[in-house]
Amino acid sequence: MNRVPLEGKVLNENARVAAELRERFRQHQVFVLNIISSPGSGKTTLLERTLESWPQTQRVAVLTGDIQTENDADRLKRYGFPVKQITTGGTCHLDARMIEKHISEWDLERLDLLIIENVGNLVCPSSYDLGEAAKIVLLSVTEGEDKPLKYPSIFFKSELLVLTKTDLLPYVPFDVPAAVTNARRVHPAMEIVRVSCLTGNGMREWLTWLEHRKGAFLTELAQSVAEVG
Amino acid sequence: MHEMGIASSILEGVATEMRRRPGCRPLKVGVRIGEMAGIDPESLRFAFDALILDTELQGLGLDVEYRPPRARCRECAREFDVHNFELLCPGCASQNAECISGDELEFAYLEVEDHEPCAAGRKSPE
Repeated sequence: MNRVPLEGKVLNENARVAAELRERFRQHQVFVLNIISSPGSGKTTLLERTLESWPQTQRVAVLTGDIQTENDADRLKRYGFPVKQITTGGTCHLDARMIEKHISEWDLERLDLLIIENVGNLVCPSSYDLGEAAKIVLLSVTEGEDKPLKYPSIFFKSELLVLTKTDLLPYVPFDVPAAVTNARRVHPAMEIVRVSCLTGNGMREWLTWLEHRKGAFLTELAQSVAEVG
Repeated sequence: MHEMGIASSILEGVATEMRRRPGCRPLKVGVRIGEMAGIDPESLRFAFDALILDTELQGLGLDVEYRPPRARCRECAREFDVHNFELLCPGCASQNAECISGDELEFAYLEVEDHEPCAAGRKSPE
């Protein structure tokens, strides 16, 4: 018997395509956000409220993933920004190849922000790098506050937790401090915003986070260009 | 649920390595998986065995090294394994630590049947 070392990531092909995408996004200065949550946590609604409040001068595009139907893209197209639906036909997550294929008709030079709405699933999307600059996770108050402990991977990898449907807090037994404690146990530096898309509470905090994070991406990009130059 | 795709990627990695070692038979493949990678080792094993059933790879072993996240203490720079998400430094008892790994999904090694043609295909140490 002979044991030989093997190197490299198991999802080597996905990692390769994701690295290529990340480089392209950096070259064209496009900030890319990967949004992940359980089905029904309010990803599409958060995006609707976000697009609705943005001026048409914002250069934003959305890719939205689902196993079947064009429903989410139909909902998001109303706001006048470029939107493409990715139907995975059964696959429980988006992978880098799907992103590469669906952005092929877009001129990245004309974009500042690309939002990717992943398939509703807290497990599988966490394993697939899409070339994004940041991942964020949504948790609605109708779910359990122990979700960060049950699905640590995605909470570990996400920079921001958006607690959604907070208008329902008077009617459900969701313990916000416990959810925050659980999220920070898995990811001590995690930022957290609380949002109600129905009342608009917290939307300003979410949009501010997005603007700041996009700014940090551009600053980091300028610094790395300066270092290379 | 996505363990089938992961298992399939592991087998692709084995196939790639075996093309460089014609005539050899792989015995076992080793992978390192972090607890934060979101992979269930049992589901992975089930998918792996299902994929190699009735193929030339039937009987190939899968060795999963399932690793807890590692953290580094910001006070004393000590590195330690994190269990149950407790970021408590065993050196100085500080809670000011950051995770430095935990989501790896990497190949570790491949065991192949050792006979002459294999040795010929082996990479030189240089």
